[in-house]
Formats: sequence, structure tokens, C-alpha cells
Amino acid sequence: MRPRRRQRIVLVGLLLAGVILAATLALLALRDNINLFFSPTQVAAGEAPQNTPFRLGGMVVAGSVQRAAEDLSIRFDLTDTAHTVTVAYTGILPDLFSEGQGIVTQGSLVKDGTFVASQVLAKHDENYMPPEVDEALQKAQAMGLQ
Amino acid sequence: MTPPQIDQPTGNRPRSIWARRFHQLGSPPFFYTLIEKLLPWVGALCALCFAAGLYGGLILAPTDYQQGESYRIIYIHVPAAWMSMFVYLILAISGGIGLIWRMKLAQAVARASAPIGAAYTFLALLTGSLWGKPMWGTWWIWDARLTSELVLLFLYLGYMALQSAIDDRRTAARAGAVLALVGVVNLPIIHFSVEWWSTLHQGPTVTKFDKPSIATSMLIPLLLMAIAFQLHYLVALFARVRAEILDSERRSAWVTKMVAPS
Repeated sequence: MRPRRRQRIVLVGLLLAGVILAATLALLALRDNINLFFSPTQVAAGEAPQNTPFRLGGMVVAGSVQRAAEDLSIRFDLTDTAHTVTVAYTGILPDLFSEGQGIVTQGSLVKDGTFVASQVLAKHDENYMPPEVDEALQKAQAMGLQ
Repeated sequence: MTPPQIDQPTGNRPRSIWARRFHQLGSPPFFYTLIEKLLPWVGALCALCFAAGLYGGLILAPTDYQQGESYRIIYIHVPAAWMSMFVYLILAISGGIGLIWRMKLAQAVARASAPIGAAYTFLALLTGSLWGKPMWGTWWIWDARLTSELVLLFLYLGYMALQSAIDDRRTAARAGAVLALVGVVNLPIIHFSVEWWSTLHQGPTVTKFDKPSIATSMLIPLLLMAIAFQLHYLVALFARVRAEILDSERRSAWVTKMVAPS
């Protein structure tokens, strides 16, 4: 191999190594800012900001959804299985919103510990299956629980 | 003191058959005629895969247990997103080869790939946005996956702007290759963004070491569409490289001879 080519290979290698190092350092420094939402555990530990809006993510606790009779307000509990936060929201919910569903909400904490949301987004999971398979799975689970 | 080492001249060294094939492939007239022969076949195969994949995905595949019919956008969205990253990898590799070995053909491949990759990236962002509004409840969110994919689009656009800003083809190829190589760090960030950080975008369904979390009847059309997109990239690349070769070789004897009215 000719020395000039070897020199170019080394330069390209150094360029790649430098960029990877820089990106790793930058991403490590920004680690906490890149996460889209705080978990209920982080809220319980006081890591979430107090007076500014932030995003809270978790699963809707089954049986916790209370809808108001006269308007679109709704209250539900959001959990990460360790801690739970009650969320209050008024507005239209996305199609995928249901009990047991992963949710990301934007809003802020009020004095009594309720999270007042201005936006509720449904987080979809990576599973794709026909409805029959889901029914069969749920039936099998129900039989296993009895 | 030892005398400085001097490399042996390589000119007369007998080359292996593979090295000769490689150099032959790098010759623009040879590659041009090869493309001419391959293009109709690859095009036909691509159309066949698209037809089979779309029929399987839009008609044969069952509905999803949660999303109903709306999930069918994955047959465009997922292959487009995969290709947006694959084409960038080709752009960076061919840019690197062009930078180190000054191979004209590699430079032409890099130059031709950029707009195709940009189109796939745009398609992935657009279809994702259209799906996101009814399913998530928002057109756009600044989570790690969406943001890094948008950065990929800007990398492509930056590369294309750089190519058209520099008149000299060789200088443009070198400057573009450096940009492409710098941007390659974004590829693992896009892929692992859903695992490293909490995002709204779901985790990987197919591209993971575990069994894919998708029913086989839905997976087969998806893989067919992935092959169709790969072939579409080849067709688009061949067509663009052909034009690139003609443009950069317009003063050479073989092009003048070919286009001359006989």
C-alpha cells in the first residue's frame, strides 16, 4: 500500500474516532435532558421540576379511570409499578388510550400532588398481532390465573 | 541508524483475479455497460416485490388487535426508515472509499445516493407523522428517535448543498465524504435511541436479537416490502449513477463515440 493512501486511511480512522468520542461525551452530558419523560418514581423522589411543566410517563392503572358526566374531564392513576401519580386532564384522548396502556402526559404538579395535564399522548408498544391472537392470549392468561 | 523504509513500487506486481475484477468494476465504461444490462431486470424484480408486498400487506395481512387498519402504514414507514439509514451507510462507505482510493465510481455512487436517501428519510418522517396524529395524539414530538431521524434528513440535505456549492467535482466529493463520515455517528444513535432513552416512539419490533414481536402473517409482507425498497434503491441508484458517469466523462472518447449520431 502506498504511504499516501495509508496516511489517508489513518486520517479517516482518526476522524471517525474523534467524532465518536465527541458524540459520546455530548450525549453522556445531555443524558438527563434527552429522556422524554419523568417516571412516577422520579416524581416521588423529587427529581421532577416543581414549578415548570414537564412530561410524565407510565401505565394507566386498570380500574382507575374516572370520567366526568358533564364534560371531557378525566382522572386516572399513572404507575411505573413502584409509584403512582394521579393525573387530571380535560380534552380529547388519543385512540390508543385505555387502561393498562403506556401514556406520556405533559403538564405540571399542583399542591395536592395531582398532575394536571395539558396534553395526553398514547405510547404504542412494539407488538403487532391479529385480534384473534390477542383474544387467545388473554383467554390463556385468564385460565392460568384461575 | 536504520535507513527509512521505502515501499516497493506496486505497478508491476501481478494482481489477483479479485483485485482485477475490483479495478474493472471501478472503470466507468465497464460499469456503464453493466448497468445498462442489469437495470431492466432489477426494475422488473422490484415491481414484482412491490406488487406482492403491497398485496400481502394491504389485503392479506390481518388487522392489528389495538390499531385496527391504521397499523398498515408500517409497510411503507418501516422499510423507508430502514433504507434511510442503509443509504446513509452506503453514502459514508462509498465516500470513504472515494476519499482514500480516489475512486471515481465510489464518488459517483455517493453523489447519486444522497437525494435517494433524503427521499426515504422524508417519507419515513411523513408517514410517521400521519400515523402519529391519530395513534399518539400528536403530529410531532421532540423525542430522541424523531429528532435523530430529522438530523439524518439535515445531514442528507447538507451533503447535497455541499455538492452543488462546489463546482469542482473532485473537491466536492472530498468535502462531501468528510461530512458523510462525520454524520455516520448518527446511525447508531437513531437505532438505539429507543433503548438508551425514554421516548414516545416504540422499541424495535423486528431488528433485535429476540424473536420479532409481530405475527408471521404481518411480518412476511413487511420483509417483502423491505426487499422491494432495497431493489428500488438499486434501480434509482443505477439510473442516477448512469447520469453521473455520462456527466463526469462527457469529454472522454467512449462517451463521445457512444452519443455521436452514427
